[in-house]
Amino acid sequence: MTGHIRTGTTAPRAPWLTLRRREMFEGWLFVSPTLIGFLIFFLGPLIAVIIYSLSEWNLLSQQMTYIGTANYQDALTQNPDFWHVIRNSVIFAAGLVPLNMTLALALALALCRPGRGVVFFRTAFFAPVVTSAVAWAIVWKFLLQGEAGAVNQMLATVGIDGPNWLREPDWAMAAVIVTRVLKMVGLNMILYIAALQSIPRDYEEAARLEGAGNWQIFRMVTWPLLAPSTLIIMVITTIGSFKVFDHIYLMTGGGPENGTLVLAFYIYEQAFEFFNVGYASALAMIMFAIVLVLAVVQIMLRQKGSA
Amino acid sequence: MELTIRQAGIVKKLCWTLALSVVAVPFLFPFLWMISSAFKSANEIFGQPSLIPDVWRWRNFLEVFEYQPFARQYFNSIYIAVLVTGLTLILSSLAGYALARMRFAGAGLLMLFLLSALMVPEEVTIVPNFFLMKWLGVMDTHIPLVLLPVFGPHGVMATFLMRQYFVSLPKELEEAGKMDGLSRLGIWWKIALPMSRPALAAVAIITFLFSWNLFLEPLVFLSSIENFTLPLALSNFTDPYGSPLWHLQLAATSLAVVPILIVYLIAQRQIIESFAMSGVKG
Repeated sequence: MTGHIRTGTTAPRAPWLTLRRREMFEGWLFVSPTLIGFLIFFLGPLIAVIIYSLSEWNLLSQQMTYIGTANYQDALTQNPDFWHVIRNSVIFAAGLVPLNMTLALALALALCRPGRGVVFFRTAFFAPVVTSAVAWAIVWKFLLQGEAGAVNQMLATVGIDGPNWLREPDWAMAAVIVTRVLKMVGLNMILYIAALQSIPRDYEEAARLEGAGNWQIFRMVTWPLLAPSTLIIMVITTIGSFKVFDHIYLMTGGGPENGTLVLAFYIYEQAFEFFNVGYASALAMIMFAIVLVLAVVQIMLRQKGSA
Repeated sequence: MELTIRQAGIVKKLCWTLALSVVAVPFLFPFLWMISSAFKSANEIFGQPSLIPDVWRWRNFLEVFEYQPFARQYFNSIYIAVLVTGLTLILSSLAGYALARMRFAGAGLLMLFLLSALMVPEEVTIVPNFFLMKWLGVMDTHIPLVLLPVFGPHGVMATFLMRQYFVSLPKELEEAGKMDGLSRLGIWWKIALPMSRPALAAVAIITFLFSWNLFLEPLVFLSSIENFTLPLALSNFTDPYGSPLWHLQLAATSLAVVPILIVYLIAQRQIIESFAMSGVKG
């Protein structure tokens, strides 16, 4: 038994509340609003999704019954829509990511040095990023109407008979991808400009003294130095492409003939239009898994690159 | 005809400008066409296309407000975005400051834990959040539209952004504050926050736009038309058969987009930098 410190006239709190303890207490106090909110509105729901996904949810009796992995089996083996939706999501990502990144890099290369007009063009290419996806989708839906749409009327003046963009499955997918790229490419352009500006000019000048041309400098100097940024931008863009909901909801509603029905939209439809809560939660978990795999691949590639 | 080096440079520059201008068309034309069509009558919209309306129909903008409680919806969007921005600024800078400056057990783990949220799309947690809000009795109110952005992945991103900025600040002033007997809260408020104006501005800008443009959450949580926010209201200008009333829809969209665009044009440098700051987080 050690003797009591709390004796005599010493203030009882002082020895307990050491500086370290005080710092720790205050630290947790500072993060507690964020942490508590995070637990209630994020982590709790995340755990709930797992439970929902293993249940049959009957909205009439308000009862949840445990049914194991039946929802997942339903998605992966029974429901023909599921693989169609995955196929659509992959096509969407496979179309959007390369188009977005190539355009973003090209624009960044053209606009990374200060000059006359550079600010104007940067402002122009970035403007859709600050515009709401809803407004962008509405205006493009208007522009891409069958005969009366501005795009087809302009094509008609040069003798091209444009398709009814949003009413034919393949054209609708292409239209959704391209208009989404136009909406978001400014963001990646800015990220690429920041990356380009962090590359020291000396490298380029040294290469130029060696007699390298523009293309060689890009190929041998700029592109390798951009690799870490390219990887990050690619993963952010790919994950983002799996999350696209409002754009598709407003432009095509998943149609025509489910031609633009992607995973994020399918989850919404199953949960809030058909009230298949269990099935929708299994879909949400599958989406989570896809995004997680993509993120892990990023981290692994990065570690491999820096090793 | 031989070109001097200077002339060749000018020609090259002109070519570049021309090429960029062509690329810029699909970025800028939708805005012009939206505004021009917003002044057209329902008939003219489907007539010969022209950037300048035959008759400037200002009435469209009036009818927008008659068709649905658009002023109310506009106000909803503004006050929700202001509330979300204010709360996010306070909470993210508090937590970000603690994570950057204070040493407490579990801080590293907590950081990792929070960061994992950045990888989870809102679509994954929207179903349980729907039932949570129903249980809390706040369906068809604006409460979910404030809580979810503040405490969801966006709030975490803001916290992380603030933390990164606080880490980069010199510690000397804060230590001087400590000598002067300021409490931690005092140091945060009187020293750390005034020094981190650029980060606070960045968080404010991206948070305001994030809330302003939110669509999935209002769609899921709101049902009364007078509670709608702008993005939801914009998608709601349809005739009884569900076809869009284009002249009204585009007038309303113009009213929603143009003020943001004007602010963007005035502060484009600051706004673009804010997005660049938040994007480098990965």
